[in-house]
Amino acid sequence: MSQNHRYVGRSLPRLDGPAKVTGRARYAGDLSLPGMLHGKLLRSPVPHARIVNIDVSRAAALPGVKAVITGRDTPGIKYGNWRLMPETQDETPLAIDKVRFIGDEVAAVAALDLDTAEEAVRLIRVEYEELPAVFDVAAALADGAPLVHDEGKLTSNVSLDRKIDYGDLDAAFAAADYVREDRFTLPPVSHAYLEPCACLAEADLEGRITIWTSTQTPYIVQCLLASTLGLRENDVRVVKPFVGGGFGGKMELRPWEFCAAFLARKTGRPVRFALTREEELATGRRRHPMRIRSKVAFRKDGTLLGKEFEVYLDGGAYNSMGPTATFLCGNFGAMLYRYPAYRYRGYHVYTNNPPAGAMRGFGAPQALFAAESQMNIAAAELGIDPIELRLKNAMVEGDEIPGVATVSSCGFVESLEQVAAMTGWKEKKGKLPPGQGIGVGCYSFISGGVFNWFNTQYEFAAVEVEAYDDGTLHLKTMASDIGQGCDTVLRQILAEETGVSIERIRLTAGDTGATPKADLGTWGSRVTLMAGNAVINAVRSIKDQLAGVIAARFDLNVIHEVAFADDRVFAKARPDRGLSFGEAVRMATRANRGRALVGRAGYTPRNKGLVTPAFSFGAQVAEVRVDVETGVVRVEKVTTAHDCGTVVNPMAVEGQLEGSIHMGLGYALCEELKMEGGRTLTSSLLDYKIAAAEDMPPSESICVPTFEAEGPFGAKEAGEGLASPTAPAIADAVHDATGFRAFDLPITPEKILRGMGRLDE
Amino acid sequence: MPKVAITLRVNGDLHEVMVAPHRTLDEVLRDELGLIGTKVGCRTGDCGACTVLLDGKAVSSCLTLAVEAAGREILTIEGLAPGGEELHPLQRAFVEHGAVQCGYCTPGMILAARHLLDKNPTPTHEEIRRALSGNLCRCTGYAKIVDAIAAVAEKNRS
Repeated sequence: MSQNHRYVGRSLPRLDGPAKVTGRARYAGDLSLPGMLHGKLLRSPVPHARIVNIDVSRAAALPGVKAVITGRDTPGIKYGNWRLMPETQDETPLAIDKVRFIGDEVAAVAALDLDTAEEAVRLIRVEYEELPAVFDVAAALADGAPLVHDEGKLTSNVSLDRKIDYGDLDAAFAAADYVREDRFTLPPVSHAYLEPCACLAEADLEGRITIWTSTQTPYIVQCLLASTLGLRENDVRVVKPFVGGGFGGKMELRPWEFCAAFLARKTGRPVRFALTREEELATGRRRHPMRIRSKVAFRKDGTLLGKEFEVYLDGGAYNSMGPTATFLCGNFGAMLYRYPAYRYRGYHVYTNNPPAGAMRGFGAPQALFAAESQMNIAAAELGIDPIELRLKNAMVEGDEIPGVATVSSCGFVESLEQVAAMTGWKEKKGKLPPGQGIGVGCYSFISGGVFNWFNTQYEFAAVEVEAYDDGTLHLKTMASDIGQGCDTVLRQILAEETGVSIERIRLTAGDTGATPKADLGTWGSRVTLMAGNAVINAVRSIKDQLAGVIAARFDLNVIHEVAFADDRVFAKARPDRGLSFGEAVRMATRANRGRALVGRAGYTPRNKGLVTPAFSFGAQVAEVRVDVETGVVRVEKVTTAHDCGTVVNPMAVEGQLEGSIHMGLGYALCEELKMEGGRTLTSSLLDYKIAAAEDMPPSESICVPTFEAEGPFGAKEAGEGLASPTAPAIADAVHDATGFRAFDLPITPEKILRGMGRLDE
Repeated sequence: MPKVAITLRVNGDLHEVMVAPHRTLDEVLRDELGLIGTKVGCRTGDCGACTVLLDGKAVSSCLTLAVEAAGREILTIEGLAPGGEELHPLQRAFVEHGAVQCGYCTPGMILAARHLLDKNPTPTHEEIRRALSGNLCRCTGYAKIVDAIAAVAEKNRS
């Protein structure tokens, strides 16, 4: 890491902080327009039914109601994020003739006020012919199970599967001294972002749509909204205002966005939809519940020989981002360690539960809970320290995952060594008094995806930079800050690259009508690497021109290097020979006969395998105290050593880590969407428990220094991978404290007491 | 339901509004007065995003009827700073310590913290954590929020 950077590596407070602490930051639900109508959705109360008839006459007749629509009023065009495989696009904005989960959208109303819209929704009469339904993977795969989707070519509820095979796994199991097979069960959990989804749409007199919406992916919303409305892509402008968190839950076209736009065209008035927390929790996307069977083979010295990993994902009623989770689970099952042989079978299964989608970690929290827990079990049974066992098999730079990816920068070994040293691991593991425990979990994650499931024809990230003679820059990008801080980080990168002070950089972001095509959005921890590279690529042509200006103006020998720093452009070896950035821009503009100084470029990962251009790595240790009378777990400390390449903004990375611990702790101990017959019972933030300030342990962390050649200034991901290690680390610490090994989450006091034989069955 | 005329004193300004008696304070602040800094996260009093100070006490404005607030002193996030570009010490500390990510819980967090510091200008970390138990955050893990408030408390101490 270079020490000479002025911005990269600095804990710069986020630039939108003042807007947020003063209440001036506007989120989608804060926006309104003159004449605006309020929208409300009618959702299915039953998990699986044919729609026989919908009578909207009473709703439509209610004074103040301006429009009522059902699926039959709409074009009924199917959509889904996996445009590359159109057969996976299985959703319509409003149900056409079937509902498939409790909460499936059936109709929508636009009215003068919200009370009227809500009353109108209650007046819509829907006649359902209920169908047999399936609520878990086993029922969905049973002989004669009803098909959740009977309209296409599928003959079972498996909507998609994924296979990975390499090495001779049968030989590995035959040669092994130790084989261990376990089954793990992971529950559905909620993103529980604090801002419920909202959007505001208006149509102009030519029918073009502008929609402000709480989204992570303006470009995806633009494309799919256009296709479902039967419009041209350029007739839809999507603007991302401030977004109150997403964590993967806001990266698709959503029915309310379609309905707002459709109703805006129909009524000629702006229409706003705002979801309630109950709608969010009871019907919203969630992390996939999974059943995982993992069978692993070792030599008795701890050398890994191979692994078989079988995953059933309960996808709920629609594919959503399930195909990606199905693919990535297979990759995460084989990450971190060198598996000479590996077999993966992943099955994405339709049920009549609310659809699962992307959520922070995208398959990794589930896969790594299983894989890391099994590593801990194997270590205990082989009589090898769990960190030693990991070090023996750890991936290193240059390792290949056959047919999938090559590991570039890799600080995994260092992470393991550092976390052991920071925690006094050797003195503690297995040696703490009863009721106290220490445990470890590790992770690796992608820095953005390579596989083009959205089938975009554009570069994965694109940036335009314009330079002005007042010494300022305008950075335009579709990349989307949803709270993680990329608006600040991308400006840090541009400031570092150009030497222009960060406060002289204006940013326009997340507006498909004003920023270059395109950016796939905020998911898969892709933004710093991909949009960051696009920033550097975009400004290159501007820098070339300014260097030319300096060379000509000062008659520099061609061997001189031109530097950009402190708002100046100058000969590096002769800093007096230079101009202010603004003066140099003016001369370049003159030289161009008035043409503005604009740089525009993109970034697309090429020759980087199928998964990602760069992997992050890390190791985490949790220390817990368990009350053996009540089974209550208190996490006392979490210690992390991780490799995210060059740290562009240490404070932002710490924030990602601390937020990940919060989510990981909840996944481990208290979060679960409780289901019964397809109904989500935990539909308030009172019932769905996320950790409060008092529940959070102190955290200590270090970033091990690596440099990722493919990343901007050597950076890679830090936003999602960290969501994975906490649950297996806590589970391992609970085992250390109590002897109870958890194979399913969350690890409730009841499970612990039962596991310790302290509860009568 | 027939509307009633009430006078709300918000951030020192008087507002005469006609409200239906079942309207909650968050609705009136946001929809009638345009004070959108008060955020709506659940409308069931569980998340704390809509926290405002009512006669100096932190309350969930989604559980407070507007008519109940009539004639009382209401402070929202918009009224915390003295005005212009100057920030209140809590606001400044939240920015500088990285206590803000998505920002949606931030107004409620800051007002809950203000209530705490008014009662107890020098709280311990434990007291801060307890005082925030009604305010949920999904981004930060609370660590930097507690740090920011502790930094202001530290200044109060000296």
